[in-house]
Amino acid sequence: MVAGPFCTKIMADMGAEVLKVERPGIGDEARRRGPFPDDIPHQERSGLFLYLNTNKLGITLDYTTPEGSGILRELVKGYDVIVEDNPPGALSRLGLGYEELSELKPGLIMTSITPFGQTGPYRDYKAYPLNSIHSSGEGYVTPSGSSFRDRPPVKLGGFAGEYEVGIYSALGTLVALYFRSCTGLGQHIDISKQEALTISCLFDHLPYAMVGMTVSRLMPRVPETGVVPCKDGHVMCVSLEETFWQRIKKLMGEPEWAQADWYQNQDRRREHAAEVRKGLEEWAGNRTKRELHEGALEEGVALSPFLTPREILQSELLKSRGFFAEIEHPELGKVTCITAPYHLAKTPWWCERAAPLLGEHNEEIYCRRSGYTEQELATLAAQGVI
Amino acid sequence: MEALSNVRYLEFGEMIVGPWAGLMLALFGAEVIKVESGYRLDMTRRAGVTAQGGRVAAYIPGQPIPEGMITDTPVFNWVNLNKKGITLNLGEPKGVELAKRLIAISDVMVETYRPGVMDRLGLGYPDAAKLKRDIIYVSSSAVGYHSTGLEAKQLGYGPLFRALGGLGYLTGYTDGPPGEGLGRDDVLDGTMISIAVLMALLYRQKTGQGQFIDFSAREGISFLIGDSFMEPVLNDRDPVRQANRDEVMAPHNCYRCLDDGMDRWLSIAISTEDEWNAFCEAIGSPEWTKDDKFRDASGRWQNQEELDKLIEAWTINHSDREAMEILQRAGVAAVPSFSIDELWSDPHLAERGIFDVVDHPVLGAQPLIKSPCRLSVTPPNIKTHGTMLGEYNQWVYEELLGLSQQELSDLVAEGVIY
Repeated sequence: MVAGPFCTKIMADMGAEVLKVERPGIGDEARRRGPFPDDIPHQERSGLFLYLNTNKLGITLDYTTPEGSGILRELVKGYDVIVEDNPPGALSRLGLGYEELSELKPGLIMTSITPFGQTGPYRDYKAYPLNSIHSSGEGYVTPSGSSFRDRPPVKLGGFAGEYEVGIYSALGTLVALYFRSCTGLGQHIDISKQEALTISCLFDHLPYAMVGMTVSRLMPRVPETGVVPCKDGHVMCVSLEETFWQRIKKLMGEPEWAQADWYQNQDRRREHAAEVRKGLEEWAGNRTKRELHEGALEEGVALSPFLTPREILQSELLKSRGFFAEIEHPELGKVTCITAPYHLAKTPWWCERAAPLLGEHNEEIYCRRSGYTEQELATLAAQGVI
Repeated sequence: MEALSNVRYLEFGEMIVGPWAGLMLALFGAEVIKVESGYRLDMTRRAGVTAQGGRVAAYIPGQPIPEGMITDTPVFNWVNLNKKGITLNLGEPKGVELAKRLIAISDVMVETYRPGVMDRLGLGYPDAAKLKRDIIYVSSSAVGYHSTGLEAKQLGYGPLFRALGGLGYLTGYTDGPPGEGLGRDDVLDGTMISIAVLMALLYRQKTGQGQFIDFSAREGISFLIGDSFMEPVLNDRDPVRQANRDEVMAPHNCYRCLDDGMDRWLSIAISTEDEWNAFCEAIGSPEWTKDDKFRDASGRWQNQEELDKLIEAWTINHSDREAMEILQRAGVAAVPSFSIDELWSDPHLAERGIFDVVDHPVLGAQPLIKSPCRLSVTPPNIKTHGTMLGEYNQWVYEELLGLSQQELSDLVAEGVIY
């Protein structure tokens, strides 16, 4: 739904030919998720699907049928990489495991993405994106600095956890592609969502591994580090060393309350956390996100506003950097999407086509490239294979 | 076998973003030469303690390192495994000359200084490409190399990227403040840089050409919520924070489990009717499947607050692991919201072998987690502890650049190699 498609989107947006294989009639689960224009569900109008599948070709194929798996075995010969997110062992049972396919296609790279990996006691456990975030520790510490003691830990916003997994899947796949470009050798990559997510928590793992301290979202911190409400939203303030605090005081205009001796020492400020927070909130409460941010940029203060997606879309700086692109979609018309955070001068982000409609490239792939007749295609469709 | 053993990678990067990118590739065998200076000691090296655990005088940038100060920390160690650290003072013209000689023999370089710093030193991309025609050169910064105006002054700390990138706004309780994240965003930005480097390496394999890569750390965080921009684009409104809730599934939340004040929770997500029926059966409440309010997916979604209370009345009588076992046996996606200590004693992760230890000459045994990219033929590999300050000076300057012992010691005495 998200992790695998994001991994292949990263490749497709840089020019790889990605062929998306969906179940006939049903398609990717993402097609049933919004946002939809005017909130009216439609399998060709999902914003989630549209974003995650730019530049891909799309076919339908039920590879769990004998005919279908035969067709897939033929198709594999034309591709360098397979990215799949079936439960461990599912493809092997269909004769489509790495061992079998790499015999058909020497040098094949196969990236398998599962909640807990291909081995170990939890390998067959089920997990949706919510469970994966929480399986990794990244949920337990979120939202950090929380004051809601009676509330549960939460996931990251949107599908961020799944995107993280997609990024590590892309990393593994690209390393394998580079190795193959040098040696011709392929390999199988085992990506566990739990592991991909937990590696990002190194600042939470270290205190435990070193001194047995379990980081929790409820732990208090240096009082001037954290979310501060302001006139029209919230800002994030960071203070790592004493110089950070000195600059914050300067930005606040050296207020009376911050001059006492004990405010000049991080450990003592912790003891008076409530007073520091009160002072900060009074100061920020009269100012907008924009005012606070501009002041912080001038003074070199580590403070930034929490921007909403809509505010980000309006950023002139991001527009000038080419962070947005317009895509022409047959159902949705012109749609703005973000591009990528890496801007490669010679091989820039690229959009040749919008996400595929369900089965859009069946004729192209099956008839023109694989030599099926239109009659055969119709028969396979009637059998529910395509 | 190592996948990237023929890649030499020069790292000019402080804190986490740049070094993490280098780490991701060093674990696959890239030769990462990390350029540091004692005059500009990395913040993650500054613990400010002595070998005896006492405090030393604060480190002042531009000054020599205080006597007796330990410049190795667990964080620095982790983020700089397998690398070859050298010291080099770029404030000295001779230092810049040595940097140029290193660029001339490297495949990739990554720098994370403020945009313009490397250009002023004569080490920007145009200069580097003259020294090494096919160099892959990454400039990473908070808002990107090609940025102008006041915003170009943006400071580069992970929690600020989360705020600016939109992920913070989308994380947290609906009626609470936006969610912050300390450190994790730097790590993810670093991983994205390593991806960009690999794509450029593949292009170089094919065409023999290098290129310049402009990376923006705040854009990296927006990249983690790409679909969330569709809501304003299609419907001209912002999505909202929704804690653990899902747009379609219910139940979809974390539920408090039996604990002794240890803050234990179980995440449960149910998508299909089969899962719902199995769930009700497993917890001994089959009558819920007949209840009008919960009979179908839309009913469960509409009445999820009530349903959450009912579910918690069951989970509260079970430990998180016990509840996971019961529900997973029934085919229900239920996984504890694992705390870090639970992960370190988890039998699954132990069998998967994700934990490792590396011996560090100053810090002793350092526990770590392995790379999640498990490649069957060229697995990631931890070979050496996080590089110590200037640990590879002799090897790099003498073996690679061919300086004599005398030249090296002169450059050290002049403060060029420091």
